[in-house]
Amino acid sequence: MRRRYEFSPRRFWAIVVKEFIQMRRDRLTFVMMISMPLMQLILFGYAINSDPRHLPAGVLLGDHGPQARTLLHAISNSTYFNFVRELDTEQEAREAIARGEIQFILNIPENFTRDLLRGDRPTLLIEADGTDPAAIGNAVSAARLLLNTAMRHDFQGPLDYLAAQRDAIDLRIQTLYNPEGITRYNIVPGLMGVVLTMTMIMITGLGITRERERGTMENLLSMPAHPAEVLIGKIIPYILLGYIQVALILGAAYGLFHVPMVGSLALLLAATFVFIVAHLAMGITFSTLAKNQLQAVQMAYFFFLPSIMLSGFMFPFRGMPRWAQDIGEILPLTHFLRITRGILLKGNGLPEVWPQLWPIALFAALALTIGVKRYRRTLD
Amino acid sequence: MPDDLAIDVHGMTKRFGALTAVDHVDLAVRAGEICGFLGPNGSGKTTFIRMLCGLLRADEGRGTCLGYDVVTESETIKRHVGYMTQRFSFWDDLSIAENLDFVARMYCVRDRRQAVRETIERLGLTERRHQLAGQLSGGWKQRLALAACMIHQPKLLLLDEPTAGVDPKARREFWEEIHRLAGEGLTFLIATHYMDEAERCHRLAFILQGHLLVHGTATEVIARSHLVTWSVSGPGLVELAQRLRNSSGVEQAVSFGTMLHISGPDAEALERAIAPFRTKPYEWRRIDSGLEDVFIHFMSQSQDGVAS
Ligand SMILES: Nc1ncnc2c1ncn2[C@@H]1O[C@H](COP(=O)(O)OP(=O)(O)O)[C@@H](O)[C@H]1O
Ligand SMILES: [Mg+2]
Repeated sequence: MRRRYEFSPRRFWAIVVKEFIQMRRDRLTFVMMISMPLMQLILFGYAINSDPRHLPAGVLLGDHGPQARTLLHAISNSTYFNFVRELDTEQEAREAIARGEIQFILNIPENFTRDLLRGDRPTLLIEADGTDPAAIGNAVSAARLLLNTAMRHDFQGPLDYLAAQRDAIDLRIQTLYNPEGITRYNIVPGLMGVVLTMTMIMITGLGITRERERGTMENLLSMPAHPAEVLIGKIIPYILLGYIQVALILGAAYGLFHVPMVGSLALLLAATFVFIVAHLAMGITFSTLAKNQLQAVQMAYFFFLPSIMLSGFMFPFRGMPRWAQDIGEILPLTHFLRITRGILLKGNGLPEVWPQLWPIALFAALALTIGVKRYRRTLD
Repeated sequence: MPDDLAIDVHGMTKRFGALTAVDHVDLAVRAGEICGFLGPNGSGKTTFIRMLCGLLRADEGRGTCLGYDVVTESETIKRHVGYMTQRFSFWDDLSIAENLDFVARMYCVRDRRQAVRETIERLGLTERRHQLAGQLSGGWKQRLALAACMIHQPKLLLLDEPTAGVDPKARREFWEEIHRLAGEGLTFLIATHYMDEAERCHRLAFILQGHLLVHGTATEVIARSHLVTWSVSGPGLVELAQRLRNSSGVEQAVSFGTMLHISGPDAEALERAIAPFRTKPYEWRRIDSGLEDVFIHFMSQSQDGVAS
C-alpha cells in the first residue's frame, strides 16, 4: 500500500511561523534589507549620462513633398533617430510611445513644403518620451543643430533665399511624461526593481543554503514535509519583506523626490508580485546549486550584475549594442523597469503593461519549475 | 516475516561515487529492543541510518521499517520514526519552546500545546523555555534533541551518536531514560563509539568499512570471537607490553591502570608467547575478553583481510 501525501496547510503554516521568528531574530539581515533601498536611493540620486543613438522614432507624415523627405533623411542620417514606423493618426502615435515602441514622434504638418518655400516658417514638432531623460537629451540637441546646418545644402539655387534666412523651420520639442527632464523620475522608480532583484534572490538563496550549512536541513527532511510546504512556507515572509522595500521606495519617491504617480498603484503592486516571485524562484534554483551561503551570495551577484547593467537602469537601453539588448530582454528587471516607469510616469494600464509582464511571468514559471525540480527530498 | 521486527532490512547498499559506504548490510531488530550500532568513524553508521529513514536512497537493498517498505514508503516511515542526527540539527535561533512547537506542528501532533508543555516539564526546562537552543550546553542540546524527536510518539528511534560530548552523569541519565522507554515498547537503534554504552544494549551490530561484521548479544559476540585474554600485573608493564606485542600469537597488549590485558585468537599460541614471562613478580590470570578487546580484534582481523 503506497499512500501519497498531499500539501498540508498545517505544516505549511508551521514553516511560515518558523521563518518569521527566524527573520525577526536575524536583526542584521533585516536591517540590511531595509537599509539597502535607502542607501541605493541616495547613491543613485545622481544620473549616469551617455549618448545613445538609433532611438526608435515614428513619423506622422502630413506632407509628402521633396523638402519633407529631405528633412526626414537628414534627421535619419544624424544616427540619433531610427524611423521604425510611419504613423497615421496622433492617437496611434500616442499609443506607440506609451508602450515604449518608439521614443519620439516626428510630426511633419500638412503643407510643410509649401509653407517652407513661401518662407512661412512651418512648424516641425518632435514629441519625446521624457521618462528616460538621459536617453533623449542628445538626440533632441542633434535635431536642433541639424535644422540649421544639414538642411542648408538643400537650400540652393532658387531656394538660397531660404538658406540666408535663419530658422526657416520652427522646431518645437515637446517632452511627454517628464517635461522638465528630471533624471530622478527615471532613477527612483527603477530603483525598486534593482533593490528587489538584489535582495530577493540573495535572501532565498541564503535561507535555504543556511539550513543545509547548519545541518538543520537533515532534520527538516527527516520530517514528513512536502517540498511545496517547505518552499512556499519559506518564501512567504520574503514576499512580505519585498513589499516593505517597495513601500519604502515608493514612499521616498513620492515624499522626497516628488516623482509623479500617474497610474494605478494596484496594478504596480500586482506586477511587483510577479517580479518578486520570479526572483525568489531564481533564489531557490541557485540554492540547489550552491554548496554554502557564500556561493549563494556569489550567484546572486552573478545575476545582479547583468541585471543592473543591461536592463536600462545604468545605461539607456537603446544606447546598448544589439547583443546586450538581446540579453537584457531576457532579464525580468528590464521589463519591470518599463512597467514601473510606464505605470508611474505614463499612467499605463494593463494593455500597455501586459507585453512587459508576460516575459517576467514566463521567467518566473521557468525558474520555479527548475528550482522545485532540483530541490531534493533526500540528502543524496 | 515475523511482525515483531521493527527493523528488517536486507542487502542495504549505498555508494558515493567509487566509495561503497554501506555494503550489503542485513539487520533485524525486534520491537522493544535496544540495538547498539558500533563501528569506528567513517564505517557507514550514519549512512545506514539515513537510508532507514528515507534521507538517502539506497542503491540496493530492501526490507521494512515498522512494517513499511524502506524503498517505497519512506514518507510513511518518517511519520512513525524519530531520528536524532549525529550533529545537533535543531534551530539555534529558535527557543526551546519554539523548536518543540515547530516539530509538533510538522508532525501534526494532536493537542500540540499540551504536548509541548509536557515535554518541557519532563525535561525540567520550564524556567528556560524561552532560551535560544543555540545557547544550551552540549548535554542539554542532546536532551532537547531527544525530546524533540520523540514528541510525535514514534515507535522506533534512530539515534546517531546521541551521547557524543556529553558528561558521564548526563550519559548515565540518558541511558536510564532509554531503558525506561524500551520497557514501554519503543525500539532503539543507537550508533555509538562507547564500549560502556555497547554493554547497555540488548543486541549489538558491528559495522566496519560498510560491512556488517557481527550481530548478536554481547555474550554471543564475545563468544563468537574466540578471543582469549590474559591479565597480568607487576612491575615494568610498559616494557613487557612492548616485547609481547612483537611476539607471534599476541594480537593486543593493552594497559588498564595497573594491569595489562594480553589477547590473541589462538589460546595455545598465546600461552606459548607469554610462557617466558610467567615468572615472579608477574601475576597472570586468564579473564573473559571484554567487548572492547573483541571489537579491536574484529577490526585488526578485517584490516588483515583488506590488502592495503
Ligand atoms: N554525502 C556523502 N558524499 C560522499 N561521501 C560520503 C557522504 N556521506 C558519507 N560519506 C562517506 O561514507 C563513509 C561513511 O560515512 P558515515 O556513514 O558518516 O560513517 P559513520 O557515521 O560511521 O562515521 C565515509 O567514508 C564518508 O566519508
Ligand atoms: Mg556518523
